[in-house]
Amino acid sequence: MRTLVRPLLLAGLLIGAPAWAQLRIVSCEPEWASLAEALGGDDVKAESATTGLQDVHHIQARPSLIARVRRADLLICTGAGLEAGWLPILLRQAGNAKIQPGQPGFLEASQHIEMLEVPVSVDRSQGDVHPYGNPHVQTDPRNILPVADTLVERLATLDAANADAYRSRHADFSARWTEAVDGWTTRGTGLRGMAIVTHHKSWVYMVNWLDLDEVATLEPKPGIEPGAAHLARLLGSVEGRGVRLIIRASYQSARASEWLADRIDAPAVVLPHTVGSVDGTDDLFALYEVMLTTLEQHAP
Amino acid sequence: MRVHTLLVSLLAVAVTGGLADARAQGVISGNEFNPAISLILDGQYSSYSNDAEDYEISGFPLDEEAGLTAEGFSLDESELNISANVDDQFYGYADIVFTDTEGETEVELEEAYFETLALPAGLAVKGGKFLSGIGYHNAFHPHSWDFSDEPLAYRGMLGKAFTDVGVQGRWVAPTDLFLTFGGELFRGDSYPALGSANDGTGAFSLFAKAGGDVGASNSWKAGLSWLSYDVEDAGLEVEDGDLLLNGDGDLYIAEFVWKWAPNGNPRERNFKFQTEFLHREEDGDADFDGLGGPQSGGYDTDQDGLYLQAVYQFMPRWRVGVRYDWLSADNDTPGLSVTTPFDGDDREPDRYTFMVDFSNSEFSRLRLQVSEDNSSSDSDTQFVLQYVLSIGAHGAHAF
Repeated sequence: MRTLVRPLLLAGLLIGAPAWAQLRIVSCEPEWASLAEALGGDDVKAESATTGLQDVHHIQARPSLIARVRRADLLICTGAGLEAGWLPILLRQAGNAKIQPGQPGFLEASQHIEMLEVPVSVDRSQGDVHPYGNPHVQTDPRNILPVADTLVERLATLDAANADAYRSRHADFSARWTEAVDGWTTRGTGLRGMAIVTHHKSWVYMVNWLDLDEVATLEPKPGIEPGAAHLARLLGSVEGRGVRLIIRASYQSARASEWLADRIDAPAVVLPHTVGSVDGTDDLFALYEVMLTTLEQHAP
Repeated sequence: MRVHTLLVSLLAVAVTGGLADARAQGVISGNEFNPAISLILDGQYSSYSNDAEDYEISGFPLDEEAGLTAEGFSLDESELNISANVDDQFYGYADIVFTDTEGETEVELEEAYFETLALPAGLAVKGGKFLSGIGYHNAFHPHSWDFSDEPLAYRGMLGKAFTDVGVQGRWVAPTDLFLTFGGELFRGDSYPALGSANDGTGAFSLFAKAGGDVGASNSWKAGLSWLSYDVEDAGLEVEDGDLLLNGDGDLYIAEFVWKWAPNGNPRERNFKFQTEFLHREEDGDADFDGLGGPQSGGYDTDQDGLYLQAVYQFMPRWRVGVRYDWLSADNDTPGLSVTTPFDGDDREPDRYTFMVDFSNSEFSRLRLQVSEDNSSSDSDTQFVLQYVLSIGAHGAHAF
């Protein structure tokens, strides 16, 4: 009997590990895990369901993700339909009441950001459009702070014992972030009007922030890969427009942007779109630093 | 007719409501208070070297729903999906299937269930009519299959898939490795459990599944399931009469799935390997009524089924797939001197399938499939040209 009780007790302890442990945060995109780490410090264990090399539009609802969401105390996602292909499955299969929409443990970042490109009408013939607006909000660093302001209150609610620590880290982050954004915005004035071509409509917030001139998008419609005929037509329309840079994200095929780069006098580059998407973007500060530096290198 | 009007008005509400909501800021459900509605259009042209009406699998009595889609042009199943969170505690889902055969449209409630959203400790309960959680292939709707038809083992042992009225409880373990355990209690009205024995609780199942990642590019899922059922007054048409079965059966399924996608991005290229092994044992009384007078006998069967399939997306939008099916049966019908579908177990049916499909977007797919089907001793070459289109709010697919 004794020999049975011991392992059972041990197993019980392992499975029902009490909440002395850190608050478990799972994010849909790497930028929100990074923000949670900045505000949560050692009081949280934040991990992202996707990496900087993945296309968050097309993620499979893998068993490993269900297991992660099962144990999450807080789930942060961009929302606005970006994760519609996989997040609903995780929410239903994980059996976790804490992170269901409407609960304090579910935070949808796009609810706290002013959305761009909200369509008046939607139809699938327009490609993979998002009825709630363009969801790629993280390419503008000014969109981070409103999410941080909400996140700190959620953290303080979910883990009241450490509320002061969260608020103090938030105050510190907020000050440093405001200063950093001011710095980048000032540097960004030198980029105003710079002509760029993008692969997917995933940079509109950056274009809006830095007042760039997005001459064309390689995809004929959002989410639809450009074909040869489309690229040939596109070439005619961008030639002579003074394009400085052809931008794509880490997960996009290089084929179309390299094809265009060979034909117009502009290089094709991978611009960091989230934390961990290119080398040297290990946190949010580094992300926008690399983004801006890359743009500056190709400025007129 | 009344159902029809209701559905049309539901659709109308969804369409107008959807436009008005489009400017609102997002919630995850993709709509405000209207349920998510989608319609799957699924049709095909098929050509078989044998007569589809004569289809049989040696040694496996078939459910009336099992078999080949009609030859020539046919509408297989048009599926209407309606789903939404009911409130903070419940999720509701209905899948209504319209089948069009021989000029008549039949409406069938494939699934209509609720699921809990907010039970504690990783628990969830599903109730209503639903596709059982046994095996891997069973819970998928035909529009998300990688081939135009079901594996032979499913056709021979489950009709098409096991769906019935009942309740499911499941638990997800709080571990890094995905581990889930579940059990189901069913009415037992659907093939192979027939006749809703035991006052309408004639079947139950237990299953355990595990899964995880290997690096950023590979992921897997494996599981074991057991379905146990009673058979009460199940009629089976045989040569020159009818057979009445009373007994019970047990079905065991082992499943394994491996998926590969470079860096976890399936969009450009991906690979999926899937296999299941099914083992079924049934026995009981078999009473014959027909030509030559009634006979009382029994049936005792021992059946195995296996399939292996691999699907490779070699470039965006294009996939190729191969599948191998194999079945084996060892049946006894003691006391019966008539010919029954249990006979013919001396040969092992198999089938080889090749398919290629093209998806213009996530919402449309065109498929060409060729099979060499040796289900019976008369080998059948089958060609299928199929389209699967989805309109409306099409939800996410499970792994």
